[in-house]
Amino acid sequence: MWFITRRLAFYAVAAWVAITVNFAIPRVMPGNAVDTLLAKYPTLDANSLKALEAEFGTHNHGSLISQYFSYLGDLAHGNLGLSVNLYPAKVTTVIGQTLPWTLILVGTATIIAFVLGTLLGILSAWRRGGWLDRAMPAFTFLQATPYFFLALVVIQLFAVSWGLFPFGQGYSLGLSPGWNWSFISSAAYHSFLPALTIVVTSMAGWMLQMRNVMITTIAEDYVLVAQAKGLSPRRVMFTYAARNAILPNLAGFALSLGFVVAGALVMEIVFSYPGIGLTLYNAVTSDDFPLLQGIFLVISLAVLLACLLADIVYFFADPRTRTRTAY
Amino acid sequence: MFVAAALRRMPGKAKVGAVILGVFVLVAIIGPTIAPFDPTASTPGQALPLPPNGTHWLGTTATGQDVLSQLLVGTRSTVVLGLLTGLIATLLAVVIGMSAGFLGGMPDEGLSLLANVFLVLPALPLLVVILGYLPHSGELPTAIVLSALGWPWGARVIRAQTLSLRNRDYVAAARESGERTWRIILFEILPNEVGLIAASFVGTVLYAILTSVALAFLGVADLSKWSYGTMLYWAQNGNAVQLGAWWWYAPPGICVALFGMSMVLLNFGLDELGNPRLRATGTVKVGRRTWRPSDPTPVLRETKQETV
Repeated sequence: MWFITRRLAFYAVAAWVAITVNFAIPRVMPGNAVDTLLAKYPTLDANSLKALEAEFGTHNHGSLISQYFSYLGDLAHGNLGLSVNLYPAKVTTVIGQTLPWTLILVGTATIIAFVLGTLLGILSAWRRGGWLDRAMPAFTFLQATPYFFLALVVIQLFAVSWGLFPFGQGYSLGLSPGWNWSFISSAAYHSFLPALTIVVTSMAGWMLQMRNVMITTIAEDYVLVAQAKGLSPRRVMFTYAARNAILPNLAGFALSLGFVVAGALVMEIVFSYPGIGLTLYNAVTSDDFPLLQGIFLVISLAVLLACLLADIVYFFADPRTRTRTAY
Repeated sequence: MFVAAALRRMPGKAKVGAVILGVFVLVAIIGPTIAPFDPTASTPGQALPLPPNGTHWLGTTATGQDVLSQLLVGTRSTVVLGLLTGLIATLLAVVIGMSAGFLGGMPDEGLSLLANVFLVLPALPLLVVILGYLPHSGELPTAIVLSALGWPWGARVIRAQTLSLRNRDYVAAARESGERTWRIILFEILPNEVGLIAASFVGTVLYAILTSVALAFLGVADLSKWSYGTMLYWAQNGNAVQLGAWWWYAPPGICVALFGMSMVLLNFGLDELGNPRLRATGTVKVGRRTWRPSDPTPVLRETKQETV
């Protein structure tokens, strides 16, 4: 239990840091929400200005500490404020509309990449010196390819030259989001190219790591014993060698999620995909601080939550974490 | 002489990586002087990108700027930023990782917590936000911000290694014979972590290149300077993909991937130096069967010679 307690304490601290960084962002950066709105609508009178200031909370010129606590209070009530750019939409509404797009696309693609990469890593280690193992430099090239560059190439080939897939966007024009077949099929069709880029670029990392750990594991005595017992090669490969070799990959999976979010940010911009990355980018370019803050907070907390889940999986997968006092 | 000897001793993959890296460093140094055209000079009246031809080997952008020249000039910025970030972040990682591992106790708890918090903060969104509001003043500030978010990966690994080295007998012996702490760290522990530090440097450079190019692609960089990232930014803004002008965006993208690949290959080579098992060994033919390294040791059955 020591392991879980320690991790929970860590996540509490990490969440607090994320929240505090988030609090600091608009106070360190130049400009504020009302100035941005003023620039957009120069004809506002004094009364509406005052009302706006009250609404965005910029009238609060109390000490930093009192601002910090009122910010925490707002957070506790799930109040993230109003978006400047999409005024008067609530930040929570905007995030609620865009987050599912990113979660479904990036989540699915990441899991596919993880499973595929790990499997290929197992195979290339098992058949060391085989064609898959010899193709390793090609995979390192893919690993070093920027997401968005591959996205450009994929758009050029599949969308511009061959016209097989759409250019970007989340779904066809004229459809409205809902749980009906034409919308879902359109969304799946539109998300194929983005998913492909994520899978291809992130697969190689899993594969290389899995291969390296697997090779070390294969040389262990217990694997030799399993082979000597006459178990089928497949059983030795998966339930003896791979089962232990997968642990570092599992641990890395949690840590990689931050990078996945980052990759998704650029990918969404290239594909004009209506996810949270594109919204964040628009918020940055248009000085929409409340929205920017809200999205940053949601991303940080989502990564933390995913890490926590991965930790729990790790806890059950690796018995050593349950007995050791320190890790 | 020394370089040639070092190259000969390297594993094959690392050799390829070192050669590619060498080419990039060379281009970073002499690129601007050998560029055939001024990368920003445009042809008046031109509206469409020209495909590669005799004068412009890699074609031109929509305004008639020479892509090859942009590439040669832009290499410097990307390479300098990558190596600089690698240097700063690795230095941070070594200092923090080694002090955490060596000191143990509360300092270790605190520093490990700090590293873990930095690891889970989403770096790119944070960088977009921070750099988006900093004045764009060249490579150094960007490198510092990138390093500030890039050190924890190396620090974790170095801490773990220091932790295991600290309890070795030879370190205890050095301590018993009255050596000072800084001497133990510098002369007993550091030399045993050179491989790890090099690997962490290589990994950080890869992160720095990919992140800085992504940032420039988003427009969060000094757009008046040429780098692989800004080239991609202008290509994207000039609708290079829709125009089918692959020669506009492919060269910088491929260069980023090649540069990154050289780093991954070097990392591979370093891993193989430390762990000989990782070297790709071929199959062995014994008798009629092909044996793979994962198979049990082959045993040759003696065949009876038949007499005629």
